[in-house]
Amino acid sequence: MSSLDFGWLNGALQVILRGAAMTLFLIAVTTVAGTLISIVLAAARRGRHRWLATIIKAYVEIIRNTPFLVQLFFIYFALPSLGLRLDPIQAALLAMTLNMAAYTTEIVGAGLDAVPLGQREAAQVLGLKPLQVFVKVVMPQALKVIFPALTSQIIIMMLESAVVSQIAVPELTFEADMLQARTFRAFETYFVIAGVYLVLSILVRRGLILIGRRTLSISDS
Amino acid sequence: MIEFTLWDIARNLLLASRWTILLSLVAFAGGVSVGLLIMLMRISKRRGVRTFAKGYIALFQGTPLLMQLFLIFFGLPMLGFRIEPWGAAVLCLTLFASAYLSEIWRSGVDAIGQGQWDAGGSLGLNYVQRLRLVILPQAMTITRAPTVGFLVQLIKSTALTSIIGFEELLKTSNAINNATFDPLTVYGFVALVFFALCYPLTQYARRLEQRDDRIG
Repeated sequence: MSSLDFGWLNGALQVILRGAAMTLFLIAVTTVAGTLISIVLAAARRGRHRWLATIIKAYVEIIRNTPFLVQLFFIYFALPSLGLRLDPIQAALLAMTLNMAAYTTEIVGAGLDAVPLGQREAAQVLGLKPLQVFVKVVMPQALKVIFPALTSQIIIMMLESAVVSQIAVPELTFEADMLQARTFRAFETYFVIAGVYLVLSILVRRGLILIGRRTLSISDS
Repeated sequence: MIEFTLWDIARNLLLASRWTILLSLVAFAGGVSVGLLIMLMRISKRRGVRTFAKGYIALFQGTPLLMQLFLIFFGLPMLGFRIEPWGAAVLCLTLFASAYLSEIWRSGVDAIGQGQWDAGGSLGLNYVQRLRLVILPQAMTITRAPTVGFLVQLIKSTALTSIIGFEELLKTSNAINNATFDPLTVYGFVALVFFALCYPLTQYARRLEQRDDRIG
């Protein structure tokens, strides 16, 4: 049993596309929600309240120092005993967003630190309110600095999302499992699906660079 | 019905964590060896060799670790190679680690600059000597922080091997959870053990980073 057979692919294309769409959906929601949360957390961590900074730091460290799969299992299997019952897609989105937000809080924080204090002072002198200073002056500059790191983090998260197949979220890896169970062509199935992930990660990276160039006028890197 | 006390859960999970630690160490050692080779290929003067290394890195950094694990564990037997969960876990994590470590160290080599190569050459050192005596020691020193940081990633990645049936921390916790129906305690404790393994390394990486910033 060593000859490869890719004939089964004919009927599988639709299934693969459906799985890829779910993977892209998960990462799109995660990216938007995770980044927004992390901007709030990174700003709060640099604010006046020491206790708030400590809580945020603890959250970031706990997420960063435990496996994503364990976080996923905790949310899906353990939270129901605390009264919070989530379906697989909700659990996946919550786990991915919490994970993403912890990593991007560090990234956004580094970006905020990179904006010179003079920029804030200048904006204040011009009469902008603190929130305006943050949204209109500090954040755009910080985003520009952190954009490459943010892009990498989004790709890493997308590849890590493969494990949400373990709680039966019908994304790309889950569909791959279904396919190989039906076709008994494990090597070919996982080979093709790995290829689809490779293409997705290249496309997502390209797409993000394009968006960055349009909205933040980031030059080619 | 067997009663599990908190101590039973803790003891079993602590016992299982030695497999997590052993797998991490073996995969890190493997990743360091193979990664060094890939890094040397990546900076090679030969275009074909360089392209191979680039493709290797792109492959392992652009696909999910879980896919790599499935390909090795479920895929290889179909091609006629039998492999056990332990072997598949070690092989997969070694390949995965080598791709990331080679990129980390290459960034270090790039940072050293041509002057050091030239200086080594003017002292009459050949390519291998320049690498071994001049370039690599410096490159490895300035990339210590991200290397330790990656070790944390690797330890966390061992959790995935539970999916192919390797008896590490998470696999054991799944079994205990099925017997105790107490996921809050079980997964909470697993998270705690992983945290205890990873957090000191994270802190160490941070200290190295700060020291390097001061020097550099």
